[in-house]
Amino acid sequence: MTVHALPHAIEAADVSIETPARRAWRRLVRRRGAMVGLAVIVLVILVALFAPLIAPYDPATQSWSAVRKPPSAAYWLGTDEVGRDLLSRIIYGARASLSAGVISVGIAIAVGVPLGLVAGYAGGLLDGLVSRITDAMLACPFLILAIALAAFLGPSLGNAMIAIGVTATPIFIRLTRGQVLSVKAEDYVEAARAIGNPHPRIVLRHILPNVLPQLLVQATLTVATAIIAEASLSFLGLGQQPPAPSWGSMLNSAQRFLVNAPWMAVWPGLAIFLTVLSFNLLGDGLRDALDPRSK
Amino acid sequence: MTQFVLAADDLVKHFVARRSALGRPLATLKAVDGVSFVLRPGETLALVGESGCGKSTVGRLVMRLINPTAGRIILDGEDVTTLSEGAFRPYRRKVQLIFQDPFASLNPRMTIGDILAEPLMLHDVVPASERRGRVAELLRTVGLEPYFAGRYPHEFSGGQRQRIVIARALAVEPKIVICDEPVSALDVSIRAQILNLLKELQAQLGLAYVFISHDLSVVKHIADRIAVMYLGRIVETGPADAIFDDPRHPYTRALLSAIPVASPHARRDRRILEGDVPSPIDPPPGCHLHPRCPYAGELSRTQRPTLDDDGAGHATACHFWPTIPQESDILPSEGAVDPRLERLFGAFAGPGA
Repeated sequence: MTVHALPHAIEAADVSIETPARRAWRRLVRRRGAMVGLAVIVLVILVALFAPLIAPYDPATQSWSAVRKPPSAAYWLGTDEVGRDLLSRIIYGARASLSAGVISVGIAIAVGVPLGLVAGYAGGLLDGLVSRITDAMLACPFLILAIALAAFLGPSLGNAMIAIGVTATPIFIRLTRGQVLSVKAEDYVEAARAIGNPHPRIVLRHILPNVLPQLLVQATLTVATAIIAEASLSFLGLGQQPPAPSWGSMLNSAQRFLVNAPWMAVWPGLAIFLTVLSFNLLGDGLRDALDPRSK
Repeated sequence: MTQFVLAADDLVKHFVARRSALGRPLATLKAVDGVSFVLRPGETLALVGESGCGKSTVGRLVMRLINPTAGRIILDGEDVTTLSEGAFRPYRRKVQLIFQDPFASLNPRMTIGDILAEPLMLHDVVPASERRGRVAELLRTVGLEPYFAGRYPHEFSGGQRQRIVIARALAVEPKIVICDEPVSALDVSIRAQILNLLKELQAQLGLAYVFISHDLSVVKHIADRIAVMYLGRIVETGPADAIFDDPRHPYTRALLSAIPVASPHARRDRRILEGDVPSPIDPPPGCHLHPRCPYAGELSRTQRPTLDDDGAGHATACHFWPTIPQESDILPSEGAVDPRLERLFGAFAGPGA
């Protein structure tokens, strides 16, 4: 019998039993793109946290002797139209941009996913109500709605995050609801009921994990949208308040000097690009690492 | 004291097929239209019929996964028809379900160990500290290795997955298991293994099965009693031997004559029904079979036949069955065919044959 031939295999299997989180981490480490993304994100977070220690200059100090200087030994990334050091502004701007991206998406997920789960699972009148409100919100252009909300709440970075978060919520409601509808029809959800699971446990234990990968990818994409939306709001004076920097507001003020001082646009643009790309890489990697079917 | 562990009493399930703009039902689909049966402890009752005849719906009704439109479900002597989802939950320890498609009925993101531990946890079958041991025991019961507990469903073959599904159903130590086409998604080579496993488990644990199938050769292998369904109604029910040896209802006879036979010498009179199964949205009045039945009379068109027991547990819902000519050659029998074919087979047979 094979049972007696396999005691070593059984022992080995017992030793290798690991928590799902450890397993996902082990699989994530093997994905180079995801690790690069994670490294960049960690770097940006550290830079944002320790900005006062790293930045060579005060980000708001103007210097009329160094207006729109190209990169040099004194100003590694050059200066802007009022002589502020671009490197310092990028370092401090990481705080605003990162929190605008992550916190607003956090708000959108915290509100949108539970609503989508409940609407999709319960169906009926509740679903109709939630879906119609979602439709109404999605009918407004993303930025217009965010601008209207931010203007209503008053100009500040915190209000801009709330406005972006609320505006991004219907995306998550709709995505979650749609995914729940498809997963709910699976046999294993019926099996979960047959075995005696209460409804909340079916939703959280059997449906949510199977919906999560799509949400994760959407979240990383929305972080990118949110960072750019914050830039737009800053441009209109509804986001980060000057002279405090954010990548978006830097980019917007640089556009007038694109020909004379291209470095003013290049560095914040590059910072946004790398951060957004890193979030996308990490999101893709996480999705694969969380799927037990992938290698 | 009851002699049965499960009884369905005149179960009816209508689905709304179409609604008006205001949500009022315009057409209802009568998936199950007055089905009654009893299941005795330790026996296997087979529900057979074509796809769409309502046999799977009966299984889901009995499991209370969907609510009946009318009728009663008696589980272990108690009427559970109107219990709420929460109030019925403890009864799920008594009746469990094995699904048709083992590739769809296991959560892809849970390990086998978690899948099997979940029912143990939900119903507090064993203390938390003994759960891992019980999971290993369950895996051994269905012929799998205990170390599979750490793996995910996609790492297993169809037959192994169906064993896992069976183990999950057995975890709560049920008395009744509803098997909804448990082998029809499996390779022929695996079917016999799973059927034998089900039979062994029945003998060991005293399980009663409601075995839902469209495959009569499988049913013959496992059933004690058979109920034949057509368009949401039971048309004939009785002991398995009686159904196979003495089929009375024209539909049962047609069904039996459709069993393929792996013998070129087999000779029989096939009772092929004309036409298609009518839509259950608007079934024919009287006997549902009458538009396709060669023996239908005026009574069949107007009056629904009752399922009348002959006293030996063999019941037939047909107005005319005693007058239908009883041929004995519905089931395949060995017999001469074309003499030329006969010579051809003879030439291929070995000298000792």
